[in-house]
Amino acid sequence: MNQKYMVPLAGVLLLFLLAYAGVEGAGMQWFFGIIVPYVAVIAFIGGFVHRVMGWADSAVPFRIPTTCGQQKSLPWIKHSCIDNPDKASGVFIRMVLEIFLFRSLFRNTKAAFNRNEKNTLTYSWEIFLWLGALAFHYSFLVVIIRHLRFVMDPVPSCLKFLEFFDGIIQLGLPGLFISGAVLLLAALFLLARRVFDAKVSYISLAADYFPLFLIIGIAASGIAMRYFTKVDIIGIKTFTMGLVTFHPVIPDGVGGLFYAHIFMVSALLAYFPVSKLMHMGGIFLSPTRNMANNNRAKRHINPWNYAVDIHTYEQYEDHFREKMIDAGLPVDKKE
Amino acid sequence: MSDEIKPDELLDKVDHTPSQGSWMTEAVHIRPSMYCYAAKAESVETLGLPNARSWNPLEADWKLPENWQEIIHNGIKERLEKFRSFKIFMDVCVRCGACADKCHFFLGTGDPKNMPVLRAELLRSVYRNDFTTVGKLLQKIPGGSKLGGARPLTLDVLKEWWYYFFQCTECRRCSVFCPYGIDTAEITIMGRELLNLIGLNIDWIATPVSNCYKTGNHLGIQPHAFKDMMDFFTEDIEEITGIDVAPQFNKKGADILFITPSGDVFADPGTYTCQGYMLLFKYLKDKYDLDVTWSTYASEGGNFGFFTSHETMKRLNAKMYAEAKRLGVKWILGGECGHMWRVINQYMDTMNGPADFLEEPVNPITGTKFENAKSTKMVHICEFTADLIKHGKLELDKSRNADRIMTFHDSCNPARGMGLIDEPRYIIENVCDNFYEMPSNTIREQTFCCGSGAGLNAGENIELRMAGGLPRANAVKYVHEKFGVNTLGTICAIDRAALPALMEYWVPDVEVYGIHELVGNALIMPGEGERETDLRMEPLPGKEAADE
Repeated sequence: MNQKYMVPLAGVLLLFLLAYAGVEGAGMQWFFGIIVPYVAVIAFIGGFVHRVMGWADSAVPFRIPTTCGQQKSLPWIKHSCIDNPDKASGVFIRMVLEIFLFRSLFRNTKAAFNRNEKNTLTYSWEIFLWLGALAFHYSFLVVIIRHLRFVMDPVPSCLKFLEFFDGIIQLGLPGLFISGAVLLLAALFLLARRVFDAKVSYISLAADYFPLFLIIGIAASGIAMRYFTKVDIIGIKTFTMGLVTFHPVIPDGVGGLFYAHIFMVSALLAYFPVSKLMHMGGIFLSPTRNMANNNRAKRHINPWNYAVDIHTYEQYEDHFREKMIDAGLPVDKKE
Repeated sequence: MSDEIKPDELLDKVDHTPSQGSWMTEAVHIRPSMYCYAAKAESVETLGLPNARSWNPLEADWKLPENWQEIIHNGIKERLEKFRSFKIFMDVCVRCGACADKCHFFLGTGDPKNMPVLRAELLRSVYRNDFTTVGKLLQKIPGGSKLGGARPLTLDVLKEWWYYFFQCTECRRCSVFCPYGIDTAEITIMGRELLNLIGLNIDWIATPVSNCYKTGNHLGIQPHAFKDMMDFFTEDIEEITGIDVAPQFNKKGADILFITPSGDVFADPGTYTCQGYMLLFKYLKDKYDLDVTWSTYASEGGNFGFFTSHETMKRLNAKMYAEAKRLGVKWILGGECGHMWRVINQYMDTMNGPADFLEEPVNPITGTKFENAKSTKMVHICEFTADLIKHGKLELDKSRNADRIMTFHDSCNPARGMGLIDEPRYIIENVCDNFYEMPSNTIREQTFCCGSGAGLNAGENIELRMAGGLPRANAVKYVHEKFGVNTLGTICAIDRAALPALMEYWVPDVEVYGIHELVGNALIMPGEGERETDLRMEPLPGKEAADE
């Protein structure tokens, strides 16, 4: 079996069992329900801020956008103002499209080489990674927003509105939330890609499988509680409100599955700032996307620009003066 | 060339399915024909760069300084602070694989370490080991480092860096597809900078850099020889057109300083592009009294310093402004070149500006203000010529290029580091009737590299170049077979040097032309005689009979 995914899978199972057994067997509700979540949230916020500040501390010496369209040049040449922005407004739209619609990923193609008498390389549009990524991120976002009902009292109407649409299929009881199912399926799709696509499998690390398994575990345990084990929602709300109001309480009648769920969420939060998941923050700061291609029109300043040794014209002429004079080239000093 | 790999043998090797093993433990195998020779000691010495010595990549001992690991470690640390791009690109990759099959070297070689993501991981694995909390924690667990994709910087890893950072042409195609804009060019630039700290450059970069520093251009053409070569072109052009187009050199008080890659003075077919410039400047002098000067001191547009380190790039580039200032010109015009324009467009003003001794560039013939170049004060010749044509200032006879069935290769840097995409196409349309685009996934911002950029256009790495150029050649072959395309237009001097060999290898009936060669052919010079041949001394369309 492949270590790259067996180790993280075992790790996530262990996390699950640890919390489940810790609560069901050892009665450590206070540890998995109170201490761990607080520590995880602190680690998440502190770590996230630390990482972003770390990036912000680094200089941006050069304006190096990747240009993906026609530059702004002569007035009669159609300028691609989003893909090759020359102004902040264009950069803003480019970034919005990148952050909310994963525009670069949308361009994805799949190359194929056909070894036959024609020997053609072909490139076809490959939309599934984009679709999978979009489904994954947006369903995750909806799931997170839905969960705000556990930390708000009364529940604001916009949340109820979102829940209404999320449950619009009206399947089963309690009604199926589309977001949860999509999250689970999209995460499984991304996992399948990593396992079965030879190229992606080759580049994948255990560190890529771990958060996927963790999220699959979180989604699966959440779905299990809502649709199958039907946990005590009132008890859980009492618990979560206690956490956010800093008066933590441990409710009766809430079992190990819930604590395992909370524990995996905590693990994800704590893991977030020290992992690739920081792409969430990094995308905002990527210099190839968030800068305008206007360096010839507007000088960019490099904060650490320093003077360098150059070979001056005087040195050059001193070296070649005779040859230059013989060739009839103008010189500054005739000797 | 007889021991060179045959096209069919090369194609047989193309397999895009990586092996089952782990890239982290597969040791690098430095294979002849895939790497460039090591930098000569004397070339490294010219600029006083570290660890100049004679060494051979195939030998076990690379003659590194004793504390090379410490030098690299400190080098990474310094660059993480100086370049946000580097730090972010080390941190945020999720290994989604979108970039994997976008690299021409991966498509042509099938070597998984040519997937952009893995090229970056070679460096990232060391970064994670030395600079991240998780990497340091995992080191303490047996087998832990591997889980997090971290590994210490060993000699094997270093050799792998060297091999693969000199198998990247910094073309940025992967960066177009990356959801976070991770630019492998940026990572390769850092990788090469680090390698240069311990004297691990290749000679095809180090010697041009040394030449450029001392003699003013990559090829080491001394001033009198430079003039000789141009005199030779002048004679050829006089023979073809009956006009004396003798250029001016180092002229103080000229309107415009013109700088182009020295390759165009040195080797066919770039020389014909150079002759196109000479015809154009003579035309503008006679008709509109525009005074253009060439410089022998700043006789290099290209900048192989860019492939060495940011500092070396700055040291070579400084000549452009220095010479413009010394000559007292109004602004600078730049010739057709790829990476030269990435440097000018994204680095020059920042490094060596402000160019407050120059005027905001205005085309004195059309009155057009080049607003997009008002700070750097350097205009691309395609912007300049397109403007002239648009205003009807050039008399052109397209029929002289009637036998040219064209396609256009967008060079990587003008496409993805600038966005100079439609200007050359506008010129082509005005000097040539037959123009067909290659498939849309292979042009404009998705263009494929020639496979020889970023200093890799040597002879000894021919298999790498032919493999890397396969995607480009394959698209040319497509339009060659479909539309009978016989001419590949380009605006890059490296392309003009590299693509003829690539075409000969993959699509033998296609010739490579610079855009200003076509302009030179079409331009009706005041007082010219009836032309019988084009600039290549081949009979013009309709004049073939007269030739017999």
